[in-house]
Amino acid sequence: MSDAPLAYYAPASRIRRRPVWVPTRQQVPFLATAVVCAVLYALAGYFYPVFFSPRVVVNLLNDNAHLGIVAVGLTFVMLSGGIDLSVGSVVGCTGIALGVLITRHDVHPLLAIAIVLAGGVLLGTAMGSLIHFFDLPAFLVTLAGLFFCRGLALVISRESIQISHPFYDTLAGLTIPLTGRVVLPFPAIVFLLVLVVGIYVALFTRFGRNTYAIGGSESSALLMGLPVGRTKIGMYALSGFCAALGGAVFTIYKGSGNALDGTGMELDAIAAVVVGGTLLVGGIGQIAGTLLGVLIFAIIGLGIMFDGRLTTWWTRIALGLLLLAFILLQKLLQFGKGAED
Amino acid sequence: MSTTTPASPTEAVVTDAGGRATQPRRARFRLSGWTRLLWPAVALALILLFNFIRTPNFFQLDVVNGQLRGYVITILDLGTPVMLLALGMTLVIATGGIDLSVGAVMAITGAVASVLIVRPPDSALSAVNLGGSMTAIFAFSLGIALLCGLWNGVLVALVGIQPIIATLILMVSGRGVAQLITAGQIVNPRDPSFAFLAGGTLFMLPFTITLVAAMALIALVLTRGTALGLFLESVGNNPRASRYSGVNARLVKLLAYVFSGFCAGLAGLIATADIMAADANNTGLYLELDAILAVSIGGTALTGGRFSLAGSLIGALVIQSLTTTLLAQDVQREVDLMIKAGVVIVVCLLQSETFRARLVRAVRRTPA
Repeated sequence: MSDAPLAYYAPASRIRRRPVWVPTRQQVPFLATAVVCAVLYALAGYFYPVFFSPRVVVNLLNDNAHLGIVAVGLTFVMLSGGIDLSVGSVVGCTGIALGVLITRHDVHPLLAIAIVLAGGVLLGTAMGSLIHFFDLPAFLVTLAGLFFCRGLALVISRESIQISHPFYDTLAGLTIPLTGRVVLPFPAIVFLLVLVVGIYVALFTRFGRNTYAIGGSESSALLMGLPVGRTKIGMYALSGFCAALGGAVFTIYKGSGNALDGTGMELDAIAAVVVGGTLLVGGIGQIAGTLLGVLIFAIIGLGIMFDGRLTTWWTRIALGLLLLAFILLQKLLQFGKGAED
Repeated sequence: MSTTTPASPTEAVVTDAGGRATQPRRARFRLSGWTRLLWPAVALALILLFNFIRTPNFFQLDVVNGQLRGYVITILDLGTPVMLLALGMTLVIATGGIDLSVGAVMAITGAVASVLIVRPPDSALSAVNLGGSMTAIFAFSLGIALLCGLWNGVLVALVGIQPIIATLILMVSGRGVAQLITAGQIVNPRDPSFAFLAGGTLFMLPFTITLVAAMALIALVLTRGTALGLFLESVGNNPRASRYSGVNARLVKLLAYVFSGFCAGLAGLIATADIMAADANNTGLYLELDAILAVSIGGTALTGGRFSLAGSLIGALVIQSLTTTLLAQDVQREVDLMIKAGVVIVVCLLQSETFRARLVRAVRRTPA
């Protein structure tokens, strides 16, 4: 753009013609993630051909549905340049609250889920308001949220609670048949739904565009007259909602609630979002990238499990290394930006 | 400048009190060095007072087997890991950074030391043979901790990655590394000099307290006795400006992370020696949060640019005495977490310029 007036005087040879398609800065991290995901999948499939069976693909989605749902909400917060550390404990708190409400107090599961979702939104709104109105660091406020929810969850019940209710069993049994013998289970359905809605919200609604704008530059967004406060509070509320939904889905997946569920999950979710190509400074990233990030996480985990020689803690090390690789890539991209400016 | 960078925090109170006497028109709600130390001290005093009322023998000290015993000593002793972490974290935060990996570094260091003592056959460190020399083992483990700090420092200062994320990498993979070192086992190092680290007595006090005092003294002398503290603050305020004025901003940042790694290593050794077990999953779990909390209670701005080592130590004591108090009052551990959440928010609000401005406005409006 800045070349335009210069091009008038420049010799014809110096006018850069735009190739048919070059990835924009928005797309490069996403493409890199897609390539890594494809390569990892191919490698896993090469060593363990079972990876190519549709059932394993469905399982990859299903086993990590809760993480994916949480990560979608977190992506919004991180797109705006914020962070939400409370998601893991919200998952645990939601699970145990559902267990107590349904099993001990005979609340109908639908009502119970509505209550916990409202709780998630309330917590998110409260944290967002503190962050916005009082200029508090998001890191510390959501850290307080982490403490609070984990404490609340343990106060509600220390023991794991089995959730058995006919309606819950119906939900867990809800599937979409894909091919002859492979079905898409309920958690995976919810995950994909959340993903589609997330992509729609991020790309085609004002809220989504405002989120990108705030991530790009909060002061510019403010000067342009965008509702910065409403959007910021809204996305923490959205993250709280997604975390609570992830917790609810996790109880459906496991059939029980435990106050310690989701411990450390905030880190997995952040890692998935970052590996998914969302730039940490905000403004650049895709919800679809988060799906890829979760899949990469899932493939590494499952591959290491299949291997049997390596133990599960290699998952964490591999994830850390992958995180490093992606951040270095992002750094390179930022460097390119700096040079252009 | 003389009030913001005093030679020592205790002196800060004196200088500032004097300064206030001669300049009464100073802005009332600015967090000067004096109020920064005042609030955490008041919080600590309130908690101790509450304890004194509930347990009249709270401040009583007895000499048992040549060691001072009492509630206060216990709080100091239990608080040492967080105090050590808080020392390192203070310097990192002063440069405008944050170190999330300290808990993982504790686990790694504890694992390294235990494995070197026990020498299980299937560990990643089986090849290392230090001939059973405890000095060598301590040096080796702390060397690993220094390496961890160096890794963080390189990522932040040289590569230029955001501190939260750069240290998140080690936080995520560090426990995996610790598991690798212990081969997934809980290793129980039985060695008298290792046990001394957590249970030993020196100068009638638990050895841990002496250790923390020594580290605090070193940190104080380094930062307030030399220009290093000034450099840390200037880098935290504006890295570019400090680079232009000749401060090696990258080196300063790097050193802060290395120091934090070293402190985390010491804390890890103490925590491991305390339970005589290297548990890669649980050693130092969530302690990074406690350390950050201690630093922010102590009045160090999380945005960097100014710090108070004494404040952070008091902050760590506030957290520890709060925990101990709640336990002594038979409050569930879970409620402790929720109270901590409340403390974080209150501390944040008190530090927020916006909140204080609103509060002042609200107070001025009501009496008319």
